[in-house]
Amino acid sequence: MSMTEIPSPPPVRRLPLVGAEAQVVEPVEQPTIAMPAVNGGGANRIAPPSFASAPRRRIDSSPLAIDRMQVEDLSIAYGSKLAVDSVSLPIRQGEVLALIGPSGCGKTTLLRSLNRLTELTKTASMRGRILLDGEDIATLEPTALRRRVTMVFQQPNPFPMSVFDNVAYVLREQASRRPRKAALQGAVRSALERAGLYDEVAGDLSHPALRLSGGQQQRLCIARALAADPEVLLLDEPCSALDPQSTQVIEKLIVQLREQVAVVIVTHNLQQAYRIADRVAFMYLGELVEHGPAEQVFGSPRAERTREYVGGGFG
Amino acid sequence: MSAVAPPAPPAAPRRSARDSSASWRWTDRLGLAFAWALGLLFLTVTAAIVLYMFVQGIRYVRPELFVTHPAAGVSEKASGGFLDPLLGTVIVALMAMVIAFPIGLGVGVWLSEYGNPSWLARLTESTIEMLAGSPSIVFALFGTLIFDQGALAFLSRTNDGVVYGRSFFAAAAMLSLIALPLIVANVREGLQAIPGHVREASYAVGKTRIATTRRVLLPAARPSVVTGAMLGVGRIIGDTSIIVVLLGATLRFNGANSIPLLGTLSGTGSTLTTFVYENAPTGEINQPEKAFAAGFVLLLMVLALNFAVDIAARRGRRWR
Repeated sequence: MSMTEIPSPPPVRRLPLVGAEAQVVEPVEQPTIAMPAVNGGGANRIAPPSFASAPRRRIDSSPLAIDRMQVEDLSIAYGSKLAVDSVSLPIRQGEVLALIGPSGCGKTTLLRSLNRLTELTKTASMRGRILLDGEDIATLEPTALRRRVTMVFQQPNPFPMSVFDNVAYVLREQASRRPRKAALQGAVRSALERAGLYDEVAGDLSHPALRLSGGQQQRLCIARALAADPEVLLLDEPCSALDPQSTQVIEKLIVQLREQVAVVIVTHNLQQAYRIADRVAFMYLGELVEHGPAEQVFGSPRAERTREYVGGGFG
Repeated sequence: MSAVAPPAPPAAPRRSARDSSASWRWTDRLGLAFAWALGLLFLTVTAAIVLYMFVQGIRYVRPELFVTHPAAGVSEKASGGFLDPLLGTVIVALMAMVIAFPIGLGVGVWLSEYGNPSWLARLTESTIEMLAGSPSIVFALFGTLIFDQGALAFLSRTNDGVVYGRSFFAAAAMLSLIALPLIVANVREGLQAIPGHVREASYAVGKTRIATTRRVLLPAARPSVVTGAMLGVGRIIGDTSIIVVLLGATLRFNGANSIPLLGTLSGTGSTLTTFVYENAPTGEINQPEKAFAAGFVLLLMVLALNFAVDIAARRGRRWR
C-alpha cells in the first residue's frame, strides 16, 4: 500500500495572531514546504507523511513570540531509569509547542517537570535547570510555580463540585472560602469564556461538573487552568479521551490561546501536532532528537529517526 | 424516502437463573439450595427478632416512660421510666464522638493522604485493627486502671482520697476507642476511592496538600465520613460492658458534686443498654416490660442510624 492512498487530512485550522495582520512581515521562509527529494536518498528512503504536503497557511509568529521558559540540559530519572536525557528547549508565548514521540519517550515526564509535578513521584530525580522568565523554577515555591505554569491532563478531571466552584476553587487562596461567590462571578465567567465553554454552561453554573460531557469537562479543565492566569499552559494529550467533535473544538481553542499563554502540548496524534503546533519537538528514548518549526519537522526532518517516526515507520 | 424498517430481530429468550441451572452438576445445585436455605434461615431469625421486639415494644412503650426517672420499686408500676438511661445514651454518644470523630478523621486522612514515614503508617494501621478486634470489656478494664489514678480524680467521684474512676468522662473516653476504628476505616476508604488524578488536578493549579484535602477530597468523601461516624455512634449506643464497668449502671444520674453539668458528667449513670440488662428477666431489677420498652427504643435508634447510613452512602457514588 503506498502512502498516496491515505486520504487528505482535514483542512488546517489556524487563526492569525492578533496584530499579525497589522505588521508587515516579510516572509522569511519559503511559503511552501520544502519536500525532500524523493529520489535523493535511495530506494529505502522513507517519504514524509502525506499530510505534510497539505496546503497550510503560513503564519509567521516569530515577531510576537516571547521566550517564557528555557529548559537547560534537563535530565530526569525515575530511580535508575533515565526518562529525560539532557534536553534543552525554549518555550515561547505566541507559539504552540508540540512534544511528539513514541510512548515512553519521556515527553510527559518533560511536561510534568515544567511545573514540578514530577516531584510528586518519590523516586524521581532531576538534573539541569528550567527557567521561567529568567528564574530557576527550583527556587520558586511549587504552589506559586504551579499557578504560573498550569496543566491539563489526558483524562478530564474536574473536581466533584459545580462548574462554578471548579473555577472558583482555583481563584481562591489555598483552602480559603474567600473571595465569596458574588465577587468571583466576573473572573469565573472570563475563564469559562476563554475556554469557550461559557455559552454552553451559562444557563446553570451550579450544574455538577461531572455531569458535563467529556469534551465539556476537558474545556472546564482548561478554564480551570486558565483561571490562575498562567504564563504557560501545559496540555498532556488533552484530546486523547475525546471524540473528534470535541477534539476539533479544543484544537481551535488551543490555537487561539497561544496569544495569551505559552502552550506546550504532548500528543500522540501527529496530524494534530501538524494542525495546531508552530514548533514541534520530537523525543525518542528520553532524548530530544530534533525540534523546529512544524513544517520543517514534518516536511523535511533533519534526523533519520524523526523521518521514520513522522513517516509512520515506527512508534 | 422512507425505507421499510427491517423486521425487529426476535427477542433473545431470557434465561432465568432456573433455566440456566438446569445444566448444573448436582453438587452445584446442592450448594445453591444450601445457600438459599441459610439465607432464608438468617432472614427468618432477624425478622423474628425485629418483629418480636416491635410487638413487645409497642405493647409496653408508654409516652410517660420517656419523661419519668427510673425509681426503685418492685412492680412495673412503681419503677418509673427510662428518662435517665435515654439521656445517658445520648450524652455518652455525644461525648464519645466528640473525642473519636476528630481523631478518627485525622488518622484516616493522614493514613490515606500522607502515610509518611511508612513504618509509622503501618504501625498505626495495625493498632487500629487491634482496637477494632478487641472486646470492649477489655477497654473497660483498662479504663478502670486509668481513671483510678489520682491525677484524673477530677473526672470522677472521690471519697477519702479513693478515686472511684466511674463517670461519663471515663465511659466516653473508652467508648471512643470502639468507634475510632470504624471512623478511620471509612474515612480512609472514602478518600482512597477518589482517583489520583483528582488530587493531581488540584496540585497542578498550585494547591497544597492540605487545601486539596480540605476543599476537594473531604467534600467528595463526605458520604464515607458520615457513614463512618454513624456506624461509630451505632457501636457506642449498643455497648453495654463499658457502661457497666465505667459508668456504674446506676438507676439514676448520681452527680459527683454539685457543679451543674460537670457534676453530672463526672458522676455515674446508665444507658438504655444497661437499663435493659438490669431489667431483663435475668437482671437484678427484673421488670421485663421496662426492658422490652427500652430495648425497643434502642432498636429504633439503631435502625434509624442504619437507614441514615444507607442514605448517606447512596448519595455519594460519584466515582464510577
